[in-house]
Amino acid sequence: MPSTTEGVVVDAERLQRLKEAAYRIRTNALVQGEVQGQGYIGQALDIADVLAVLYTDQLRLRPEDPEWEDRDRCLLSIGHYAIALYAALAEAKFFPLEELETYATDDSRLPMSAMASYTPGVEISGGSLGHGLTIANGVALGLKRKANPAFVYNILSDGELNEGSTWEAAAVAAHHRLDNLIAIVDFNDQQADGKSSQMLGMDPVEAKFASFGWIARRVDGNDIATVLTTLEDLRTVDAAQPRVLIADTKLGKGVDFLENREKLHFMTVAPEEWTMAHDRLKESSQS
Amino acid sequence: MNTTTHTTPVKKRLTSDAMSASLAREGQRVTAAPLGHALVELAQRDDRVVGLSADLAKYTDLHILRDAMPDRFYQVGMAEQALLGMAAGLAMEGFVPFASTYSVFATRRAYDFLCLDIAEANLNVNMVCALPGLTTGYGPSHQATEDVAILRGMPNLTIVDPCDAVDIEQAVPQLAAHDGPTYTRILRGKVPRVLDEYDYTFELGKAKMIRDGAEVLLISTGLMTERALEAAKALAADKVDVAVLHVPTLKPLDESTILREIAQDRLVLTCENHTIIGGLFDAVAHAAIRDGVFRRITPIGLPDEFLDAGALPTLNDRYGVSTTKIVEKVKSLLSPGHTDRVD
Repeated sequence: MPSTTEGVVVDAERLQRLKEAAYRIRTNALVQGEVQGQGYIGQALDIADVLAVLYTDQLRLRPEDPEWEDRDRCLLSIGHYAIALYAALAEAKFFPLEELETYATDDSRLPMSAMASYTPGVEISGGSLGHGLTIANGVALGLKRKANPAFVYNILSDGELNEGSTWEAAAVAAHHRLDNLIAIVDFNDQQADGKSSQMLGMDPVEAKFASFGWIARRVDGNDIATVLTTLEDLRTVDAAQPRVLIADTKLGKGVDFLENREKLHFMTVAPEEWTMAHDRLKESSQS
Repeated sequence: MNTTTHTTPVKKRLTSDAMSASLAREGQRVTAAPLGHALVELAQRDDRVVGLSADLAKYTDLHILRDAMPDRFYQVGMAEQALLGMAAGLAMEGFVPFASTYSVFATRRAYDFLCLDIAEANLNVNMVCALPGLTTGYGPSHQATEDVAILRGMPNLTIVDPCDAVDIEQAVPQLAAHDGPTYTRILRGKVPRVLDEYDYTFELGKAKMIRDGAEVLLISTGLMTERALEAAKALAADKVDVAVLHVPTLKPLDESTILREIAQDRLVLTCENHTIIGGLFDAVAHAAIRDGVFRRITPIGLPDEFLDAGALPTLNDRYGVSTTKIVEKVKSLLSPGHTDRVD
């Protein structure tokens, strides 16, 4: 049966494929988390659905040729989401699954914070927040200069919206009519010191971007069908404007005891809990 | 009632120049907007070259490129972080951006973007920044007296402090050809032509002996080389034989040339349009000490202070960086009564 979201029909087979990819991305994240013993596992689980849509459906990529000139560029601002990005890149076959077990170990190609020079498929060195969107502007302009129809995606976080440079970049993108730019805000309401809404509330985020001249959509970022149809729509809508998807996500999504654990930027998982996390993830993915 | 009035003749005070004023003295040979014209020439033969500015094209001479080749220029507005991020993105796509703003904004305000997006990625982005050191009387908001000190610790970055229009014209294509990020302290407007009187060509990374001299060695960079040459001429009239070594590239430093010149038995001074902390003096001293050369080197440069507002001639004298003050400093060091001490 086809699944419908906001009137858009999503092919059931495609949706099932995406759900399975999201499950494997979450599993890949757990594998890395167990190696490290801790980490940004909460964020990796929350953004897995968005990454599944991007890395197994929306992005034009050639994993065997990471610098293929006509690829879509996906810039990860939030360097600490590396664990999630590696999980998605492994799913997309940029490197072997086994390499995930080297996450954040010495001499690994998979450092704790994502850097372009280390990992195939990683476009920028993130981590200092508020940079990604400024760089994405330059990439988008560069693609236009070359008449290259590829798109630029920039994944940022709700906390990152605190940085003024993000809004400098938002104004510049609208001014230069960068319709080949799609920003994705992972809105998990969590940043280093606590709930984002209690640190520096940025809502209404959709209205803020819209007032800057962007096409803005806000969706449940853990509803794969909606994420898919919205990202497709943002890519194809005919308007000389940059676009943003604000994805409301749930920290720890898919592992019930992590979803319900005290929300922390750097979630701790006890050594004996990793096996249980895999089991619970499997259960939730089958429900 | 005493109605006598005393009329004291009022000495007309010098005033601060407007931001668009030229540094050149009246009657001096100059070239207008050498950066802008050099960029147009380069852009005409290299499709990769683009210009960007953060609301200061007109004040950094990039308006020449903007007006001549509008499709090769991007305006980002008064947003220096967005400027440098955009330059990084364009370089990632294979373009060669020249991004302009004032030195204070590129270094103090957008450091993190210059460091992580451009230098760490080792991209061919060229920052061309105006108002280096003491080249405006607007005070600390516009005087980049410590920009080189801020930047010297940044890996991958090449730092250039040109003397004049000749240096700027010759540097531009070399900056573009250099496979990595550069920061250049631009002189704008009517820029003096000085170095074409000498047997000189700009070479990125090289220090050049402009004139030789047996008694004194002035190691200078940026616009101070012009004043060092004038000081050398003035001292020659007093039978003092002064050499001038021009060091337009501050990083990487041409240590071998500097060390070779320091090795000769001469009075050695450094001259820089920058605080004496973290610039040419420190770099030269660092090289000398590492090489085991123990020689007194006297810095001429700006003091470790936030500078006053005012007219440039007044300020240049006040802070000891005018030609006259260089001459006085050399003479005092050469005077028989001078004792070796830290000033």
